[in-house]
This record gives sequence, C-alpha cells and structure tokens, in this order.
Amino acid sequence: MNNRGGADMPVDTTQIIKRTLARRYRREARFRRMGLFAVVLGLAFLSLLLFSIVSKGYTAFWQTFVLMDVHLDAGVIDPEGTLDQEVMFAADYGGMIKASLRDTFPEVTQRREKRDLYRLVSSGAGFYLREEVLQNPDAIGKTIQIWVPADDDVDMLMKGHFDRDKPEEDRRIKDQQIAWVDRLVDQNRIELRFNTTFFTAGDSREPELAGIWAAVCGSFFTLVITLLLAFTMGVATAVYLEEFTPKNRWTDLIEVNINNLAAVPSIVYGLLGLAVFINFFGLPRSVPLVGGLVLALMTLPTIIIASRAALKSVPPSIRDAALGVGASKTEMVFHHVLPQAMPGMLTGTIIGMAQALGESAPLLMIGMVAFIADAPGGFTDPSTVLPVQIYLWADSPERAFVERTSAAIMILLAFLFSMNGLAVLLRKRFERRW
Amino acid sequence: MSTPALALAVALLTILGYWIGRRRSFAVVANDTSKLHSRPTYHGFYVAIWCGIPAAFVFFFWVLFEGYLITDLVVAGLPESVVGGLSADRMNLVVNDILNLASGNIVATESDPMLRAAADHYIQLQSMSRVALVVLVLSLAVAGMGLSLRAVQPHNRVRNRVERVVQIFLIGSSTIAVFATIGIVLSVLFEAIRFFEAVPLSEFLFGLQWSPQMAIREDQVGSSGAFGAIPLFAGTLLISFIAMLVAVPVGLMSAIYLGEYASRKVRALVKPLLEVLAGIPTVVYGFFAALTVAPFIRDNGSLLGLDVSSESALAAGLVMGIMIIPFVSSLSDDVINAVPQAMRDGSEALGATRSETIKKVVIPAALPGIVGGILLAVSRAIGETMIVVMAAGLAANLTANPLEAVTTVTVQIVTLLVGDQEFDSPKTLAAFALGLMLFIVTLVLNVIALHVVRRYREQYE
Repeated sequence: MNNRGGADMPVDTTQIIKRTLARRYRREARFRRMGLFAVVLGLAFLSLLLFSIVSKGYTAFWQTFVLMDVHLDAGVIDPEGTLDQEVMFAADYGGMIKASLRDTFPEVTQRREKRDLYRLVSSGAGFYLREEVLQNPDAIGKTIQIWVPADDDVDMLMKGHFDRDKPEEDRRIKDQQIAWVDRLVDQNRIELRFNTTFFTAGDSREPELAGIWAAVCGSFFTLVITLLLAFTMGVATAVYLEEFTPKNRWTDLIEVNINNLAAVPSIVYGLLGLAVFINFFGLPRSVPLVGGLVLALMTLPTIIIASRAALKSVPPSIRDAALGVGASKTEMVFHHVLPQAMPGMLTGTIIGMAQALGESAPLLMIGMVAFIADAPGGFTDPSTVLPVQIYLWADSPERAFVERTSAAIMILLAFLFSMNGLAVLLRKRFERRW
Repeated sequence: MSTPALALAVALLTILGYWIGRRRSFAVVANDTSKLHSRPTYHGFYVAIWCGIPAAFVFFFWVLFEGYLITDLVVAGLPESVVGGLSADRMNLVVNDILNLASGNIVATESDPMLRAAADHYIQLQSMSRVALVVLVLSLAVAGMGLSLRAVQPHNRVRNRVERVVQIFLIGSSTIAVFATIGIVLSVLFEAIRFFEAVPLSEFLFGLQWSPQMAIREDQVGSSGAFGAIPLFAGTLLISFIAMLVAVPVGLMSAIYLGEYASRKVRALVKPLLEVLAGIPTVVYGFFAALTVAPFIRDNGSLLGLDVSSESALAAGLVMGIMIIPFVSSLSDDVINAVPQAMRDGSEALGATRSETIKKVVIPAALPGIVGGILLAVSRAIGETMIVVMAAGLAANLTANPLEAVTTVTVQIVTLLVGDQEFDSPKTLAAFALGLMLFIVTLVLNVIALHVVRRYREQYE
C-alpha cells in the first residue's frame, strides 16, 4: 500500500489510512456509480429498442379507408342476368372503382391526371368491391357506398408520415393528390379504421394489402414439427444420459457433441439443412417440414440441457423408493422421475420454442424467403415464417412497410414474451424444491 | 387413400391394439392380474408396438423412395430413340416435363405424344404404388396385431421386451446429437472440398480481393471471380470487436453491480429485464440497426463533418454489442458468484473497500471464467447473421475504419445462397467454404472457452 512514511519516521499505519481514506471512498463511490451506469445503460438500450419499434409501428393497426359511391353496372358484372358466380367473379371491378373516382372528381380529364387520381385508392380496391357484390348480388344495378382501402401513400399522408412542406419532387405524393385527399377529408369520405387486413392477409407488394397471416401459419406449421421432434428426442436423450447409461467414452462423446451443437452458429444449421435435407434427401425447398427439421436440430441442445438439469434435481430417494417397492428401472423412470421433472423439461422446451420462433438465418438458407401471398395449408406447402417476413418487409422501400414491419415485430415480440412468461410461470408454479 | 389418412389409420390401429392387448391380458387370467408376469399395460404396449412399428417403418421408407423408383421405372420405359444420347442435364429436363405433365401442370412440350405416354405410365405406376402401400401397411399392422396377441400369456415376459424397445428408442435418440455434428461437418466439408478444387486454399485464406461473380459465358466482361476471404475476415473481426467494446464493459459492470451492490429487490427486478435483451430475435435487432441506429450515426457524423456510410460497421457492431450484453452479464454473474464468499470476507476484514475487494480479489480470482465467457461471446458475435445481413454492407472493403461499410462471413454466406443456386459454380460452393471456416473458428473458440471455464470451476469446488 501507500507507504510514503519514509524510513526515518515511525510508520503510523492509522495515519496513512486516514490520509488516503477520502480518496479510497471516492473511488469506491465512482466504481459503484459505474456499475449503476452500466445497468442503467443496458435498460436504456432495451427501452430505446422497444420505444423505437412501438412508436414506428403502432399506427399500422389502423388503415385509411375511402368511402366510394360505386354504380354496380349490371351490364358489366352480370350481362346475362344469370347470377353465375364465375361470371360475376371475372367482372372488371377495378374499372368500376375508377369510374366512381372520375364521378367524384369530374374536373379531372387529362390522362396523366387521371392516372394520379386512380392512385388514391389501393389497387386492391376492386377485390373489396367484388367481395361485397358476391355477398349480396341484389345490389347489382344500384349505386352502393363502400369503404375501400386507400393507397399506401395516402395512408402515410393521413397518418402524418409525409411532410407536406417538402418540395413536391421529394415526396412520393403530388400536390394535386394532396388537394384531392383534403377534399375527401372535407366530405368525410376518408377515415382511419382498424386494419383487419394486416391480420388476415398474406404478403403483398402493396403495403395496404399485406398481412402477417400467411407468415403466422408458416411459423405454426414449422414449430409443430420442431416441437414434436425436439421435445421427444430431447427428453429421450436426457433420460438416457441421466438415468440409464454408465459414464463411458460413448456418453462422453455424446455430451461433447451436445455442448458443441449448442454453440454452433445458427446459419451453419441452415447450411446443413440445404446440403442434407434438400440436396441429399431431395426434400422440397421453402417448406415448413424442412424448416422444422432444421430448427429442431438447433433447439435440441437447449432442451437436452434443461431436461438434464430437471432430472438431476429429482432426489435419489424417489428412485430408491420406486425400486424398493418392485418397480423396474423403466417404470421407475417413466412413472416417478419423469413426472417430477416434467415442469423443468417443459420450461426448457418453451424457451427452446421461443428461440426457434425468433430464428430466421437458417431458414433463409433453405429458401423460406419466398413471396407467400396465400397461407400454407400443410407441412409441405411453400411458406415463410414471421421473422423472415419481417426481414423481407424491412427490405421494402415503401414508407408504409416500415410501419408494418414494426407492427409485425410487435406481434412477434408479444408471442415471445408470452411464451417466456409462461415458462417463468410454469417454473414458479410447479417446480419443487427438495 | 391419402398419406395423412393412412398415417391416421395406422395410429388408430395401434391404439386399438393397445386396448385389445390389455383386455386380452385380463381375460387370460380371469381378472386375477397377480398371475401375470407383466402388468396388463405392458401386454397392451407389446401389441401396440408390433402393430405400429413395422407398419410405420415400411410406410416411411416407401414414401421416401417411391418417387425415385417410379421415376427410374418411367425413364427405363422410355423408348431408346429418345433416351439415347441425352446428357444428364437434358434427361433431367425430360423427367421434369414428365412429372409436370403427370401432376397436371402445363408444360411447353404438351403435345409430344411420347411424353404424354410416359406421364400416363407415371400416373399408372403411382396409383399402383399407392394401392400396394395401403394394402401392405394395413395388412402388416393387422398381422402384427394378430401375431402379438398370441403372446398374451401369463408367463410371457412381455415387460422385458417392451423395455428393450424403449431402451433402443432412447439410445437412438441420444445419437441424434452425434449424427447432427457429423451431418454438419460432412455437409460443409464436401462442398468446401469441391470449392477448393476450383479455387486454391491459399488464395481463399490469404487473398485480398473478394468479388464472387462468376462468368456465365466465357467472353463476358468483368467476370473474373476473386475469392480472397481476408476482407471478410477483417470485416467480421471489426464488427465483433466493436460489439465486444460495448458488451464487455456494460455486461461485466452490470453483473458486478447486480451481484455485489444491488439490493435483492433491485436484482430481482433488473436481472430479468436485462435478460429480455437476450430473448429479442436477431431480426429485430437488425431492423433496429438498419432503420434507427445507422441513420442516427450517419446524421450525427455528418454534423461533425465525418463521412459515415449508411451501412457503417459501427451501427452493426453497436447493436450486436447490445444483443450480447445479457450474454456477457449472465456468464460473468455465474463465475463471480462461484468465487467463495470467504475470499471476500477475508479482504474486507483487512479493511479493503467493496470496490477494492472486487478489483483486487474477486475479479482476479474470476478472471479465467470471465475470459472464457468473453470467448463464448466472441464466437457468438462472429456467427451472428441477421444483424449484419440487414445493417452491414455487401461490398468487401478491407478497412479498419468503423465508419465505412464492411461485409462479414455470414453476410456473404447468405447473399451467395439466397436465390438461385447452381451447385457446380464456385460462387455457391464458396458459401460452404465460408461456412466451414465459421464452424471451425467457433468450434475452436468454444472448446477453449469451455475448457477454461471448467478448469476455473474445478478450482473452487
């Protein structure tokens, strides 16, 4: 320590300590503040991340709709009056929407202006009209009022994401279009409504028609495969390693492998899936079956490690008691040890599933980045998953996709947080301390 | 009968077998189960195993190989005048046409009567195979049930046999981990070897130029592919280094604060909150990096007169660091907790302040464990994909300037493999060579780290 007393003076330790005490206490306080600062910084990062996502995304749950008066021309929809679904399905509804727009703004005559005018409503507005007509064919020949989604640029304007003061060239929306939108607002023909499309539709090039349903279905099918494989294999491996096997070279090898697999970067699993499942076994690309297989291998170590910990925490007395009353070893494990360890195993499984749900890198490798407009109906239909959908949307240049990406992230995080919450709950409620 | 319906039928038969076997065992001893060697459930399981497993095996392999066999038969049935002299590629095209015709998709050569006949042949074989499969699987299930029901006798040691099957299943499951490792190694190794046949290993490891575009035609301009991976390694290291600059101090200090200073209440509240950071998917971090952090850095950089790329290594590294904070903090928390309390008590009894104890006793004692944890964190940063795919660049710049765009190994793997692939071009195979490098580096880092951590633990146990 600070021995500056010198040789000639008697060394008075108390004095030295007193002299340096103030400085040492200052250091102590500084160190403590640094620790606190680190914690606060970590929490600040977390809240900044969540805040930036929520503030960007919450508006996506609403969508701008335009009220249109559409004349359902019987000559166009159903020229022969047969009410044949196929004939009605094939009619030109987009044209009727355009006609309605021309009627609303009769002063627009030039071709280029007309094209701008048509861009006020979504290119999918015709589908909405078709739905309406197919549902009640009585309206054919009359003029109906229908709310159709506005184009994403109008939507962004209404939500205030476009700066009206910017020069026209820097905006995606023209002055004239803004004037039209303002007129629609004055006529109460435009309003924000809850965006059901976002929850029910698949991917689309038009932000106002894009939704997460197809991706959610894909995630579901993928996770079903993952759960079935990873849970059975993981629990079986843990039981074998903990309960049945003597310690020997073979089990050491298995253990080393499990530890390594836990640390292999997820993208390498994607390479495995591509080389083994797709190229070697000839399974189709982009399907939940292959995705599930890859993610199962990836989550297996998590589940094995958690299950082994759960099995270890069951006291030996339970095993001895079961064997003592004449149970076979298999009976002892499956009737007594496994039920006691099940909450711990399920907790590990849920955490593993949450990992798999958020994973996207290996799925890029096996082609689950396709453009999927329709929800997959099974394990061998081309599909994508929620995180990959987020990745795809994040690449899209439209401002409206930023909002939708953030909203999709909010949904994904909601799933993940509730899964992790469930795991914590399960652990608290069922885990027994012996 | 469709595949799922057949699977369901087998499953139902299996359950039925269990039930009948169990009932039968009660019957053979007139409900006095003490006369049975094995309990009734085991008789049920025995019948179910015989009923389900052989049928399931045949079912699985039939479905797996059906396609190949039928295609081979159809190809063998094609007239010699067509097949003769066709290269393997052309043959594949013909087979594809036949498959498309058979499944009802429209193909270009629809009118060709030879293909039409082949497609009909295919459909015919397929329906024959279906019928054969259904008959075979169902009769196997029923036969298994019938045979095994005869084994329901009081003295039959059915339990031992059922337990044997369970054991085999457990052993089989536990080898999956080994097979997965072998699968990873083989899958990247084979393609990597094919890559190194085209591009010498030394050029890959020490080359300074990375531009993996290959010529489609010989005379194409600007198509000389260069596969020097040094810029990728440098970019990966740069981003990982920035990430560790963020993650290590913040993670370590928060672990120390939460472990040594914070009250129990604060700890119980803050620790799970910090761990939320670990549960957020990497694609979310990537989005955050690309749309919030990178523009922020670029704008502030231009205020300071710095020229910041919009895909700067700084943004990706910073966000990756945030992602790794909880990883570092929970690993250091573990090792710091493992330092015996007696060492702290001894230091404080000598009059050291809390921070002196931490700096001069706890951290030196825990250092090997902390270093091990940091190595694990580095291996994670190197293998991290989505953040860099979304926020780092594509161009391979060899630079140490964190404000410029760099690219990483994982980014290149993704860009090389997403989209169309041809497995005979070095461009695609390069991804596997990079994957092999990634696998080896992370493996080595992990083995060292785990070894260090284990040695350290043993020291205090």
